[in-house]
Amino acid sequence: MFYSLSTLLIPKILESHTEIKLYILHSHFLFYTHTHTHIYIYIYMASIGTGYDLSATTFSPDGRVFQVEYAQKAADSSGLTLGMCCKDGVVLAVEKVLLSKMLLKESGRRVHLIDQHAILAVAGMGPDGRQLATRARQECEQYRNIFRMPMPAHLLAERIAGYVHVHSLYWHVRPFGCTILIGTWDGKQGPALYMIDPSGTFYRYYGCAAGKGKQGAKTGLEKLDFHQLSCEDALFELAKLINAAHDESKDKPYEMEMIWIKRDLGKASLVPPNLIETVRQRAEQLAREEEMAD
Amino acid sequence: MQLVVDPVRHTTSPLVTGGSVIGIKCSDGVVIAADTLASYGSLARFQNFSRLLKVTDSCLLGGGGEISDFQEIQRLLENLTTQDFCFNDEHKKSPRSLHQYLGRVLYAQRSRLNPFWNSLIVGGYVQSQSFLGMVDLYGTTFESEVLASGFGVLLGLPLLRKAYRPDLTVQEGIKIVEEVYRVLFYRDARSINRIQVATATVDGVTISEPYSLETKWDFKGFVNPRSTYDESTW
Repeated sequence: MFYSLSTLLIPKILESHTEIKLYILHSHFLFYTHTHTHIYIYIYMASIGTGYDLSATTFSPDGRVFQVEYAQKAADSSGLTLGMCCKDGVVLAVEKVLLSKMLLKESGRRVHLIDQHAILAVAGMGPDGRQLATRARQECEQYRNIFRMPMPAHLLAERIAGYVHVHSLYWHVRPFGCTILIGTWDGKQGPALYMIDPSGTFYRYYGCAAGKGKQGAKTGLEKLDFHQLSCEDALFELAKLINAAHDESKDKPYEMEMIWIKRDLGKASLVPPNLIETVRQRAEQLAREEEMAD
Repeated sequence: MQLVVDPVRHTTSPLVTGGSVIGIKCSDGVVIAADTLASYGSLARFQNFSRLLKVTDSCLLGGGGEISDFQEIQRLLENLTTQDFCFNDEHKKSPRSLHQYLGRVLYAQRSRLNPFWNSLIVGGYVQSQSFLGMVDLYGTTFESEVLASGFGVLLGLPLLRKAYRPDLTVQEGIKIVEEVYRVLFYRDARSINRIQVATATVDGVTISEPYSLETKWDFKGFVNPRSTYDESTW
């Protein structure tokens, strides 16, 4: 098998991709691989990142880690995910794109409860996000077991970011293909909102966005006054931003998912569906009116 | 050299202990009570310790025996209810499930020769049905209309059985339980006259603040004992 491969396939590819010749000679994968297709895939992919994107363990000469950048691309290819840190709590919202008309409502959720005081929303690959949600739950449980109090936001964010980060350090694991938003309410410190990207970078935000159309949404977020904004008001703002990012004629239909943690409720919960429906209709109505006015 | 090694004894005796727990099933709910004492041997070490626990909105737990083991069980239950919370599927563990769960936990521990040194009483009220069950340190589970643990088995159960009627209300149940604790305080040296009463009814679970029972000591035999021996109150 190996014989025929080296005589037939490789010279052909080398002709068209002379740049990567060196790479193929160095690659130890070549000698361990026994099928045409595998070899072909390696070579084909190498041609995009000039050989430095096969593993998250290797920097490119200009100091980039391509695998992590691809993961970020995966995270930004899904529906818009937004977070707002208000005066009385945190609200997260997701534009969940519906890939089929046969999908049941509220299935494949992208917003998750982590603990009584913590919530999480996913932009990007749903399964990867669920894995992180599970991890976050474990972290919170462990913290509770040891200290008998809810896990502080900065520690939770740091632990999860660390977990994401180690997945960008080894060739035998794939980085997480998602960006996650974590919201918490702490009796002492109040609300907190963190965003963690596939590289393990995390910051605390007033408002943040990930996924398709995040640039536009960020501009919208910057116009808000988060010291004055309440969670109730935030619902409408979020619905407006998601509605604005969505092109009805081009994009697939979507479901709006929202989750919040508020002072007066005391613990995290999904925003009731009827409330989401109301703000969504209001946002759509407003958009129509503005269109008419133009 | 010693060839025969003594068997491993993880837990040979409890250190800080709680006394009796009493439970009674009523037509409109369940009453469980415990005094607020945690003894260190015969020393009344912690006199304001709550041994009653709200597990869910419809289920409560009372524990006697080793207090640290009870706290460990409390931790397990908190993890369980947090997991239920995160699932967010409107499903809560029923009192019956929690009773069975605790049975499995205590049985597993005793099978490792390291029992949780507790007797637990689980009560709850779901779908107009009262539940009252007990788990002992061997992992034995059973249900009954009236339950008692510790010294309460000896002094409380006969009183509870006598007072029990299927149509008891929770208010009557509370009165009966108070009476039982009064008797226990007179006779059980590891008890205190400060109790908490918890109820599970259609309105959910409530645990009362600790309160003191009125006691009466000026019995003739106490006031004027004629001799040390002939006025035994037994």
